[in-house]
Amino acid sequence: MAPDGTPDLKVVGTRPIRPDGVDKVTGRAQFGADFQLPGQLVGKVLRSPHAHARIRSIDTSKAEAIPGVKAVMTAADMPEITSEEAFVGEGPADFKDMSGNTMARDKALYDGHAVAAVAATSAAAADAALAAIEVDYEVLPHVIDVEDAMVEGAPVLHDDMFTSGVDPKPATPSNVAKRMVFELGDVDAAFEKADIVIERKYKTAPVHQGYIEPHACVAQYAADGQVQIYCSSQGQFMVRAYVAKLLGIDISEIRVTPLEIGGGFGGKTLVYLEPLAVVLSRKSGRPVKMAMTREEVFRGSGPTSGGTVWVKIGAKRDGTIVAGDAVLKFQAGAYAGSPVGPGCMTAFAVYDLQDVRITGYDVVTNRPKVAAYRAPGAPISNFGVESAVDELARELDMDPVELRLKNAAKKGTKAAYGPTFGDIGCVETLEAVKNHPNYNVPLGPNQGRGVAAGFWFNIGGESSATVNINEDGTAVVATGNPDIGGSRASMAMMAAEVLGIDVERVRPIVADTSSVGYCFLTGGSRVTFATGMAVVEASKSAVNELKARAAKTWDIPVDAVEWEDGRAVPAGSNAGDFEPLSLEDLAAKSGRTGGPIAATSSLNAQGAGPGFGTHLVDVEVDRETGHVKVLRYLATQDAGRAIHPSYVEGQIQGGAVQGIGWALNEEYIYDDKGRLENPGFLDYRIPVASDLPMIDTVVVEVPNPRHPYGARGVGEVPIVPPMAAMANAIQDAIGIRMTELPMSPPKVRKAVDEQAAAEE
Amino acid sequence: MAKHHISTTINGEPVEFLCNTEQTMLDVLRDELHLTGTKEGCATGDCGACSITVDGRLVCSCLMLGVEAEGHAIQTIEGMADGDQLHPLQQKFLEYAALQCGICTPGFLVASRALLERNPNPTEEEARYWLAGNLCRCTGYDKIIRAVLDTAADMRGAS
Amino acid sequence: MARIVLTHSACRQYTGGTAELESDATSIRGLVRDLEARFPGLGRQVEESMAVAIDGVMHQDDLTAPIPEGAEVYLLPRIGGG
Ligand code: FES
Ligand code: FES
Repeated sequence: MAPDGTPDLKVVGTRPIRPDGVDKVTGRAQFGADFQLPGQLVGKVLRSPHAHARIRSIDTSKAEAIPGVKAVMTAADMPEITSEEAFVGEGPADFKDMSGNTMARDKALYDGHAVAAVAATSAAAADAALAAIEVDYEVLPHVIDVEDAMVEGAPVLHDDMFTSGVDPKPATPSNVAKRMVFELGDVDAAFEKADIVIERKYKTAPVHQGYIEPHACVAQYAADGQVQIYCSSQGQFMVRAYVAKLLGIDISEIRVTPLEIGGGFGGKTLVYLEPLAVVLSRKSGRPVKMAMTREEVFRGSGPTSGGTVWVKIGAKRDGTIVAGDAVLKFQAGAYAGSPVGPGCMTAFAVYDLQDVRITGYDVVTNRPKVAAYRAPGAPISNFGVESAVDELARELDMDPVELRLKNAAKKGTKAAYGPTFGDIGCVETLEAVKNHPNYNVPLGPNQGRGVAAGFWFNIGGESSATVNINEDGTAVVATGNPDIGGSRASMAMMAAEVLGIDVERVRPIVADTSSVGYCFLTGGSRVTFATGMAVVEASKSAVNELKARAAKTWDIPVDAVEWEDGRAVPAGSNAGDFEPLSLEDLAAKSGRTGGPIAATSSLNAQGAGPGFGTHLVDVEVDRETGHVKVLRYLATQDAGRAIHPSYVEGQIQGGAVQGIGWALNEEYIYDDKGRLENPGFLDYRIPVASDLPMIDTVVVEVPNPRHPYGARGVGEVPIVPPMAAMANAIQDAIGIRMTELPMSPPKVRKAVDEQAAAEE
Repeated sequence: MAKHHISTTINGEPVEFLCNTEQTMLDVLRDELHLTGTKEGCATGDCGACSITVDGRLVCSCLMLGVEAEGHAIQTIEGMADGDQLHPLQQKFLEYAALQCGICTPGFLVASRALLERNPNPTEEEARYWLAGNLCRCTGYDKIIRAVLDTAADMRGAS
Repeated sequence: MARIVLTHSACRQYTGGTAELESDATSIRGLVRDLEARFPGLGRQVEESMAVAIDGVMHQDDLTAPIPEGAEVYLLPRIGGG
């Protein structure tokens, strides 16, 4: 036993080479666009050039006449769906909206909205077909900005959208899908007790997940109605469920084979191409392959919301924060469903705060429908709150880490979203920052240091795993979650830990939807926790079976057998004197002791451990150009228990850098017609290697009691604090509070000029 | 229009293929020759996922036409390992966990090899600038840069 | 008897604004039934789109979870993730 009471572990916590590693460094791994079927056609999508337009008619006859064109489809080829709610990645989704987003029915709601699709024998023929489709559009006024969309008289996207959550129910439609209020305690009374109140409005830009692999799939519809889909996604079962729903096909008719996924970050928790490819395949009788171009990824797939965050916090002179109030307005893109709910709940979650009110608005605009992106919603509200807390620290002349430590949530704290926290590591991550050398590095002119802390719930959910013991004593572990960042390694490690064998002897596979039990998608930082739990349970069942086989061999009761280091041993001298039987011995004889040894586990994991992280960044601001250089970056995080520490660090580093991009550069630029002007990596600039220093990490481990090894999800938290940490560092460097993202060179330069003008 | 007949060398093997004038080298590799280790992230020269070398020079294969391969020696990710012997960079990328999803990895490996061939002792800054044309959205580059610098140190020690 | 706290307007709309209730339910399924009987629509709302935190432990969609005597139960919107 380790001092904290957790068992000594042999595999968990080490850094083996990932089982799928060689495939991925040699180019052998098959990603979405790498797969093909004999006779496949090329599928392509026609997209709306207008931000908002009524589709009067679509004439596909000329396209169909082009040689090589085998199928043309529009929304008329998909069943019309009535509203129906179901839980998906980031919140309740509406399949009617999802259908409309995959292919516009009456109106195109954003530049890039799919309106038709074709399948042809060559890319050239498909392109010619797209050009020959005649769409009669009636261009309508559009709205891009979230607050513009909320004003009366704004162009209305959906004339059946009446704001829910307001009393009385509105009589006229608007772009505000929903208003929600979270409330704890008595906020107004609490502000009365405050000595200092900070109040300010902040704004963030929508940003794209920016996975390097564009969406891609191959679909085949056979004459007997059987559908095969090969694609990269964050969940083969998600693809199966959505395609079934959108096309009215029985789930049993669909088999989805997951290909390797080249990044998702939440952006691949939806379907875009798969239903279209299935329809095109049905119409043409041939397999259809579809892949987005990068431009299509930007114009047609989900970014996360941009939004405004009004924050008011009150504190005592001694630094005790006593009240928090916030109003969040998130744009959802063309259909309702921004992550404003979690944005509200996470806003003040770092703090021990009993009087809180957060009001959220979910607002539609003529932009692509948002998709989940790491800790959906949390980074936006966190930018506001953690900027405001920094202002509070300045006002109080208090060290920003000390101020946070004074108010940090701990075990037993009632979370600012309600329930009482169990074991959490918020304080530990703050301490880790304070104890890190970066905290005391002297700074030069125009250099500044910023800190911010963040929170994410993490989730569990439904998962299945199968463990097969092979006759030579090796094992195969099958799960149904795409491996997006090394999860095969952690699944193999957890199985090896339970079975007591070398991790190299465990082969983890990501199985298709017909070969393993249901798994909810890869997202919400749930795989290591929930699917890991299924792997541990299945492995334990396999061990029980192995013990039973040893008991039979020795003719003793099964409870007289113990499993130690991959071997069955008699439990104490009373049990008898037998040579241990290794997993290999037992596997070799399994046929003669009752048949193959296999075990499965299917469960719905609850009680995922909340995650906290604190980031510390040093920047240097060039007052001439407005360029912000990141000098040093430290991210600390509670991982509960790091199963494979390298991949935990990697998640933290990757999330932090996405946050740096969100903070400094990334935004969608629209022209006055509502057309996206920067749908490419040249103008939508994500961080590159030369923009960055090393990203230092400190992983603290406050075990999650609900997981067999104490693991918490780690993938979401690291994107939460960076934006505020960067803004706070810029303030420290040049004395200017940046309230709007991205803090790009033109904006910083402008702020510097305004500061100079004000000083004159 | 008739296709072009191109004779080239890919990973040391003589290869012939037919392609259209407008077909990029990336499309030729992936669609005609089924060498799908070279990835497409953008097709506009902005991401480096399609990196190959042509006569030892690092290029984005999405910015090169298939017909330009005539008479040149092309190296792709598929030619990086020697049989089952991984190139030291490939081995280090695995040891450092320098890949998460792995879609950018072939491009980074090809670009890193080109760097080390030119500059066996790069500084961190040199490595970061050389690799600035390769996008990775998963790792934050930290482990990639460490893997490259450590490979360089090992290879210097070995030679 | 457990204390049920409604922090979210999506739940409070069914209770006429009341933020705290008591329930004798001993499982989430029982709670759903109890709430639906007392505030028509609320049980359905909880079953379909709320997470239930029982003494701090989040239950996203598990109807079988027991609610111990004296528990503190929060009804929150369900969480997804990236
Ligand atoms: S695909 Fe060639 S640079 Fe991106
Ligand atoms: S590892 Fe995913 S993009 Fe680099």
